[in-house]
Amino acid sequence: MAARANGGYQVVIGLEVHAQLLTESKMFCACSSRYADAPPNTVVCPICLGMPGVLPVINEQAVEMTILTGLALNCRIPSHAKFDRKNYAYPDLMKWYQISQYDLPFCVGGHLDVTVDGINRRLGITRVHLEEDTARMIHGRDETGEDYSLLDVNRSGAPLMEIVSEPDMKTAAEAREYLMSLRNILVYLDVSTANMQEGAFRCDANISVWPRDGEIGNSKVEVKNMNSFRSVYRALEFEEERQIAVWESGEGPPEQETRGWHEASGTTVSQRTKEYAHDYRYFAEPDLPPLVLDKAWVDDIAARMPELPSVLETRLIETVGIRADDARQLINNRELLRYFEKATAGYGDPQRVANWITRDLVKALGDAGASPSESPVGPGDLIELLKLEDSNRVSGKMARDIFRTMFETGRSAADIVAQQGEQITDQDEIRQAVRKAIQENPKAVADFQAGKTQAAGFLVGQVMRATRGRANPARVNELIAAELG
Amino acid sequence: MLDRIDGVDARVRAYITLTPDLAMRQAAEADERLKHPDAPRLCGVPLALKDVLSTRNVKTTCGSKILGNFVPPFDATVVGMLRDAGAVTVGKTNMDEFAMGSSTENSGFFPTFNPWDLDRVPGGSSGGSAAAVAADECIAALGSDTGGSVRQPAALCGVVGMRPTYGRVSRYGLVAFASSLDQIGPITKDVKDCAILMQAISGHDALDSTSLRAEVPDYESSLHADVAGLKVGLPREYMAAGVDEGVRGVVLEAIDRLTEAGMEIVDISLPHTEYALATYYVIAPAEASANLARYNGVKYGYFDPDSDGVEELMMNSRGTGFGAEVKRRIMLGTFALSSGYYDAYYLRAQKVRTLIKRDFDRAFESVDLIATPTSPTVAFPVGEKVDDPISMYLSDVMTLPGPIAGIPGISVPCGFSEGLPVGLQFMAPPLGETVLLRAAYAYEQLAGVESATARKAV
Amino acid sequence: MLDPEVVEHVSQLARLTLSDEEKDKMRVELSKTLEHFRALSELDTSALPPTAQVIPIENNMREDAVGDCLPKDDVLANAPRTRGDYIRVPAVLKAF
Repeated sequence: MAARANGGYQVVIGLEVHAQLLTESKMFCACSSRYADAPPNTVVCPICLGMPGVLPVINEQAVEMTILTGLALNCRIPSHAKFDRKNYAYPDLMKWYQISQYDLPFCVGGHLDVTVDGINRRLGITRVHLEEDTARMIHGRDETGEDYSLLDVNRSGAPLMEIVSEPDMKTAAEAREYLMSLRNILVYLDVSTANMQEGAFRCDANISVWPRDGEIGNSKVEVKNMNSFRSVYRALEFEEERQIAVWESGEGPPEQETRGWHEASGTTVSQRTKEYAHDYRYFAEPDLPPLVLDKAWVDDIAARMPELPSVLETRLIETVGIRADDARQLINNRELLRYFEKATAGYGDPQRVANWITRDLVKALGDAGASPSESPVGPGDLIELLKLEDSNRVSGKMARDIFRTMFETGRSAADIVAQQGEQITDQDEIRQAVRKAIQENPKAVADFQAGKTQAAGFLVGQVMRATRGRANPARVNELIAAELG
Repeated sequence: MLDRIDGVDARVRAYITLTPDLAMRQAAEADERLKHPDAPRLCGVPLALKDVLSTRNVKTTCGSKILGNFVPPFDATVVGMLRDAGAVTVGKTNMDEFAMGSSTENSGFFPTFNPWDLDRVPGGSSGGSAAAVAADECIAALGSDTGGSVRQPAALCGVVGMRPTYGRVSRYGLVAFASSLDQIGPITKDVKDCAILMQAISGHDALDSTSLRAEVPDYESSLHADVAGLKVGLPREYMAAGVDEGVRGVVLEAIDRLTEAGMEIVDISLPHTEYALATYYVIAPAEASANLARYNGVKYGYFDPDSDGVEELMMNSRGTGFGAEVKRRIMLGTFALSSGYYDAYYLRAQKVRTLIKRDFDRAFESVDLIATPTSPTVAFPVGEKVDDPISMYLSDVMTLPGPIAGIPGISVPCGFSEGLPVGLQFMAPPLGETVLLRAAYAYEQLAGVESATARKAV
Repeated sequence: MLDPEVVEHVSQLARLTLSDEEKDKMRVELSKTLEHFRALSELDTSALPPTAQVIPIENNMREDAVGDCLPKDDVLANAPRTRGDYIRVPAVLKAF
């Protein structure tokens, strides 16, 4: 990348993440917040529709989830908090103001530690606050050719937590690592699914690039419309290069603006539209009394803190004793980790289990498009298979084939082995098969004797075929060498 | 009652919507309930609702063209409470658009006229409710009071109007004007009815986060408690210039009579009174600018069909749907909150609000009640102030300070000036409704409920 | 007197279409009203806390429990335009 090769610029990146909370009901009304599969406009009440005369009531669970998140991000929890009205006019915002938090958020001044390319970085968290989501919009064109937008109000009023970072990130890789670590924390806290594709975890980035020998200015570009970790990474890499090019052409600093990530072209596009004045005119929400976050309440919330992913990762590496890359892969997928934990509960070689999970299970799940909890081969089933291999009743090769059969058919390892037969380790039985292969393949034997050693491989294959893969491969090799030697 | 409405409403124009079928149905149900001796006090009583209260399946316009066809799918909490009490609701009353005004001339549909003199305004913004009660077009009504919108029209129509303590009555379903000031209150023919209606609508509501949990006293029985020894403060600032001579005379005479019941009159000072008007006209429009933002022609209400694109549709719907006074206040409130002006206007007004509240706190350390005129004038002629916003705003100068401090107030008829009713206002500390009702009732007993119906024009 | 640009800016913020005549009138009336408000600046408010609410209530929250929603027809009943089960508005630029 030009930017990395060119040491003449420094990059400043800050991220704003919006995460939907896993409450039962919405932020300020009793509609269900589990509306994902509901038909349009069926999870709506006068309050989240913004009808005249309605009033909000704070969902306590959403507040506690936000404070829990703040604590996990090493934030300070101020003694007082309040909600404010943020005024902006957009058709997906029912009241034309969003109930949010302005100067007294629930959590301030935290940090998140990440490691990128072996370097530890402490990234600042400015604040974590709570607000309400907007309605969803769909765009289309009708029979007469008129363009329209449609509103589905189900999402309106869903609880949304905003996590704002300091502009502490210097590379797209750091930004991606921050996001993945943050995602993991929210998942382990059970406060959000943090699923980016489903819109439960949305990221906007602020990025600016400055000559290394000059001052860092105030202008920045806001990048929106990124819906995967990969697109965040790609968008920031692109933007870094684009902004360097602006400087190089003598037109720096790049204009402050909002740009949208365009996945297909791999570029960001300016989102300049008709300019309407923006001024949020925040003021204290008169319909909601302020909140006092006393120590007893905060302590009570802190007591519910589960083991955080960073702590868990260290434990997996140092105490459980698996490789760092495996530990990371497990942490990044909590269902996979649960699978691992269940499997290792009754089995003494965690690394071996990790190998099987990160190699065979992940591949099979990927092919089937299934999640670990949906795996036809459960953790206990896998261990049963591993134990068959440990006792030499199946070979390593057989075990992998049996695993695939288990995954495809849902049958147990014992069942499959009972049908197929166990591994053949008996010297005489294998020798018989070897001799039969030699007899039936004189050409291969001649080739071998003429010095074409790869002909032995052909003979091994014949033996394995004849024994339906059950012959112990090491023995077969030994005996072919002995018979022909 | 429906016949009476038929007879006079063409002249008074108190109602925007009449609900005779609903009323007949409720009356039939009430008749059943009245066969039981424990039927509630309001059972079968015909009431009117200001059209700012959300009524399920009944058009709720807020006096605005922008909600001209709006039919809510839910009842305001107070409407549900009245229904549970067996009340019969006859219709929705006219009002200044979104409760912004003091004469009901700002209704998006038509003005309402004062039953005492049909060439004069009934006050506002609950002018329809006050006129309906005064013209016997219902037994009692609900209004809403943000800066005096219950008490001022009650005074101008010669009836009783009460603004409860902020938080005493649920605001759920009251279409918001200024959220930190709005309260629903009763408008009745006498103080006893006021106590009965207060009983029916007071109490905590889980749907209103600003609703108070304090227990509701028995208002009706509190009427008869002794008032001897109550100290009544007479704030000198309220008797200063600006109050009509006639009104001043009638009110001072009424206050004098309180001593006959053993009350003690004390001169007091509320030094920041002169700042109340400006404080109110910054805070209320600021809150209103956000509360009225939702009317944009998307989900409900008037929309401009000829607009090009969604932005224009929303802006035009608002530009056409709102009346002049509403637009004026939205502009004022938006300005007061906008970047560069927030500190000088909105924040400063909130700070002065603190001073006004402290004035009352201090006053109530030495007195039980404060007595003032409700309005500086009697009902003024239709059209007199409609083009002069500031002089219209001054109509509420006696009633604005109370809401700024969140305290309750009541207006009772206390005589006539120029042949038109004059109101006496009492104010009390937060949750002082019982002492307000006691004092007002005592005054009413002293003065005798004026049987001046003969002087009315309808 | 307020600048005409201020009136224009505020009407944009408030999303109010105003005719030129309305703007002129608004400018005069707002200026007069604001003049009246100058009284507020006579007071020294530097040491005063602002009052946003007058009620002694804190931490008023509800339990996270699901209640009833509106029937879909009631959600759509007052919408000026609908399409299928949705509220319809003229196209919003996707790039917004």
